[in-house]
Amino acid sequence: MYQAIVFLPLIGCLIAAAITLVGARQRHPGGLPPAGAEDHSGDHGGHHHAPPVAGGGVIHASHHETESRESAAAGSRAAELITTALLFVSAILSWIAFVYVGYLGHDARVPIYTWIAAGDLKVEWALRIDTLTAVMLVVVNSVSALVHLYSIGYMHEDPYRPRFFAYLSLFTFAMLMLVTADNFVQMFFGWEGVGLASYLLIGFWYLKPEANAAAIKAFIVNRVGDFGFALGIFAVFALTGAVGFETVFASAKSLVGKTIHILGHDYDALTVTCLLLFMGAMGKSAQFLLHTWLPDAMEGPTPVSALIHAATMVTAGVFMVARLSPLFELAPTALVFVTFIGATTAFFAATIGLVQNDIKRVVAYSTCSQLGYMFVAMGVGAYSVGMFHLFTHAAFKALLFLGSGSVIHAMHHEQDMRKMGGLKSKIPFTYGMMVIGTLALTGFPLTAGYFSKDAVIEAAGAAHNVMAQYAFWLTVIAAGLTSFYSWRLVFMTFHGRTRADHHTYEHASEPPMVMLAPLAVLAFGAIVLGFAFRDVFTHDHGVETFFRESLFSASGNSILEEMHHSPPWVSLIPTAMMAAGFFFAYWFYIVDPRVPVALAEQNVLLYRFLLNKWYFDELYDFIFVRPAKWLGRFLWKQGDGWLIDGFGPDGVSARVIDVTQRVVQLQTGYLYHYAFVMLIGVAALITWFLMRGIVP
Amino acid sequence: MTWPILSIIIILPLVGAAFIFALQGDDEAIRNNARWAALWATLLTFLVSLFLVAGFDRGIPDFQFVENRPWLGGVIRYHLGVDGISLPFVILTTALMPVAILASFQAIEHRVKEYMIAFLLLETLMIGTFAALDIVLFYVFFEGGLIPMFLIIGVWGGKRRVYASFKFFLYTLLGSVLMLLAILAMYRYAGTSDITVLLTHGFPRSWQPYLFLAFLASFAVKLPMWPVHTWLPDAHVEAPTAGSVILAAILLKMGGYGFIRFSLPMFPAASEFFAPMMFALSVMAIIYTSFVALMQEDVKKLIAYSSVAHMGFVTMGIFTLSREGVQGGIFQMFSHGIVSGALFLCVGVIYDRMHTREIDAYGGLVNRMPLYAAAFMVFTLANVGLPGTSGFVGEFLTLLAAFKVNTTVALFATLGVILSAAYALWLYRRVIFGALEKRKLAGILDLSPREIIILAPLVALTVLFGIWPNAVLDTSAASVSMLVDRTHAALAAGQKAALLMGVH
Repeated sequence: MYQAIVFLPLIGCLIAAAITLVGARQRHPGGLPPAGAEDHSGDHGGHHHAPPVAGGGVIHASHHETESRESAAAGSRAAELITTALLFVSAILSWIAFVYVGYLGHDARVPIYTWIAAGDLKVEWALRIDTLTAVMLVVVNSVSALVHLYSIGYMHEDPYRPRFFAYLSLFTFAMLMLVTADNFVQMFFGWEGVGLASYLLIGFWYLKPEANAAAIKAFIVNRVGDFGFALGIFAVFALTGAVGFETVFASAKSLVGKTIHILGHDYDALTVTCLLLFMGAMGKSAQFLLHTWLPDAMEGPTPVSALIHAATMVTAGVFMVARLSPLFELAPTALVFVTFIGATTAFFAATIGLVQNDIKRVVAYSTCSQLGYMFVAMGVGAYSVGMFHLFTHAAFKALLFLGSGSVIHAMHHEQDMRKMGGLKSKIPFTYGMMVIGTLALTGFPLTAGYFSKDAVIEAAGAAHNVMAQYAFWLTVIAAGLTSFYSWRLVFMTFHGRTRADHHTYEHASEPPMVMLAPLAVLAFGAIVLGFAFRDVFTHDHGVETFFRESLFSASGNSILEEMHHSPPWVSLIPTAMMAAGFFFAYWFYIVDPRVPVALAEQNVLLYRFLLNKWYFDELYDFIFVRPAKWLGRFLWKQGDGWLIDGFGPDGVSARVIDVTQRVVQLQTGYLYHYAFVMLIGVAALITWFLMRGIVP
Repeated sequence: MTWPILSIIIILPLVGAAFIFALQGDDEAIRNNARWAALWATLLTFLVSLFLVAGFDRGIPDFQFVENRPWLGGVIRYHLGVDGISLPFVILTTALMPVAILASFQAIEHRVKEYMIAFLLLETLMIGTFAALDIVLFYVFFEGGLIPMFLIIGVWGGKRRVYASFKFFLYTLLGSVLMLLAILAMYRYAGTSDITVLLTHGFPRSWQPYLFLAFLASFAVKLPMWPVHTWLPDAHVEAPTAGSVILAAILLKMGGYGFIRFSLPMFPAASEFFAPMMFALSVMAIIYTSFVALMQEDVKKLIAYSSVAHMGFVTMGIFTLSREGVQGGIFQMFSHGIVSGALFLCVGVIYDRMHTREIDAYGGLVNRMPLYAAAFMVFTLANVGLPGTSGFVGEFLTLLAAFKVNTTVALFATLGVILSAAYALWLYRRVIFGALEKRKLAGILDLSPREIIILAPLVALTVLFGIWPNAVLDTSAASVSMLVDRTHAALAAGQKAALLMGVH
């Protein structure tokens, strides 16, 4: 069964990829270079097989070829149906596995075969199925199946649908490899695999320069994180001689107090290792300092944002910390750092979300901020609570993204909220779904977010970690900000008088059923998931029987128990913040829309600072991108050109040419010289050997 | 042993060359005959070389398929054999030659016969280099292989071929003379040129640094290592496509192979002594050339610089003197052989159509060439070292091994994974993605059936060795273990001796 869960999406991906390639071939027949495309030396010309299709007509037609004019590839429908159907099978099996593993306690390990074996290193392909994995299987496959279904409607007009579905299924496969990983290297495989899928999907509309730039940015920023992840794996191997989770966790205790020598100093081995690994998590989960790629990733199609950049891939970092809890739990300093980064991100991203005008970017910054919450829970040792928020967040954030997708679909690809408004009556179903998502995100009582987000805040309030108070207050403030920007989104989009142009507004309509059904399912999840699963994720006994060994708590970590003994105001304050956020949003965007304008004018600097996302892009461009380009050019022209070549071969050759002038002429001259020297060498050698042979 | 398989695959290309040499005239039919004869000769060689794979016993660390006949008065012997270290390179050579020949079918229009003869001769010499078990025989093959490559660049090359070959000449000359002197010294000391004997001979510690440096001079240029790499971008740019493929895929590997075959086992003390220097040069190569690659304006130059960076991982891995590192180095070379060869073939595809390698001349090719874009994507990802492609395994193993020996080296070398993503994806974006706006590209056609036949197997191998690298790692495991154990035993013995000296 587990093989089926993991490999069905891969099969779907391969089928869709085959359809893509066959379709591409039919559209663009290959051929030999057209005759005399450019005048050049005699290397070509003559001897042609007739190019099958080339001709003047094609040249003019293709120049203005656009996506919309092209008809869909043959087999598009088949690609959609096959990948979606396989994903639904996977999703259903995942829920079965969830019950089987989580509630009935049947963990499993499915070996597949040996991947890399060299020296002491042995890396296996194997599926590790415990409750932690089962939770992720459910999240990944459920959201992925719904997003596949939704995409059938959303991508309806795109001629490259088979490619899109191949990428989606490829992503799902890589993500499943990540969450079922049995060792660090397999996890890294999934890790970079989802990075690849993310890169491909962000850049799906490759005609758009912004999409290409965003795709590269996502890959490279993630690579910065992976740089740390890879070093972390090396450190684990250097310390324990293994990369399998089982072996490494077993020897984790013996690493306490060991040191590792890096850059001339000795540091605590576990702390360094965990910090390096966490660097990977920061990249993948778009945490403070490595977050810059996530907002740009919104250039991809909206279903992609829902699946990859909200519900699944970006939570991989959280999953990683949970999976490696046996290591992190023994490295308290690293956990303090995790808490700090999580809290900072939760607050920082929420502040930016306040002023963004692109509907998807608001949700993107919200995602970034919510991931910060999850890391706060991880940092204070409440791993199951972090996983709980991951679990519920997947439902309501996917809902918000897909809902935004419906809005964008209705508005003919308009994403600027300043050009929306009043859509409530036009797309009431979508409106209802968005409101449910917003209620869940802001933590309205009894919705999913109410249980999970408030649990995170309580855990921070009850923790003893030096960053705990910092985290508590920042997450509390961020809860208010979250409520404000979420309702701002709803009000700007759906309420008031429309700011859209007449034509677009009149034609705005609900999307087809294939898009609405996933919304309904996710909305159901956003309402019930928190209530239904609160015991197994947040109550100490529930957690113990549900997660068992898949999460590790060091002795002395009783955060789950303590958080339930928090003073009453601690559990009330997030709800109060939620109400305050709603109140201000209502006042600013319904009652008196002049207030936010006036506020922005009064605080121009602050407004600009937030609108420009704390100027991180500009800063990175200044300290990384430009210097890298300058250095590249400098090393090339000065290093290679002036220094090495100038004093090396060119300098020598200039002298040689001075001396020998015309004696050495053509390249064949050098060749003969070379051959001559070599032959003389061989001759000398042989002569010498022969003489030795005669006179031993 | 029944069949002298190694001799057969060394001679088969020569037979093909002789046949082509015998062809008279220069009309189209003759040229076609030359092409097909070369293709069949290389294909046949490849098929025969598969018997090596089938018959190779992975459990035996020593040389297999050994042939040993007297030659030149009985002092130098015609001594051949392969072990787990050389077999992958022999197969890489025989597998890529048909690809190189097929890639030249249309690109080469003049002096076709001579061109094919040069390539077949090159194949013989390359296989010989990897199979030679006599150091003089090795030297002859090793240095001899450069002559056909010189001709290929010099005669069928681009505009600045004179400069490129002269540059190569200057670099290689010094290295080969020094290596020759070292070989003479070794013979004088050991009294034999038999590699199998030299491997266990144990040269005095006082000699080792000089011998090591002399071999380094030759191998470093060939690999190439920083800072003697500047010949490579020029040579690649001027070489015809197939020349670049073989240069990148096989000739560069001779340097790395040389380190593993000679430097490590024969001069273990010097290898250990110079390891920090080798690390430093490797890290320089990885970081420096990655930055340089970032700013290149010529597709081929960019890939050439990225080759230098990838070879940096090889030297770093080898000089960790560990099994993971050496195996990683071998795998990295093997994988780079496939991937860089394929990348140069990809450049050849568009060069054949547009006759320019300027990155700025392209853009938006995916709109007209989706299959090409897909293949190029796979090789780009392998170049970036994405797990699941063959490019990952070598980088990972060498870095892993380096971290154990020296964390600082690993730290800096791992920066290469960020930089490689930057230059490779940026190249891909500029050439493939975007709208097709350049008028000249408007009529460009996707891969022809011949080009698909060339690239499809390489795509398959890139992925196959990414998820099943053990096909290669298993082959080399026993031989590498023996080599590393011997090296460490020699080092331990040396230390003991040094201690004893200290006592007295």
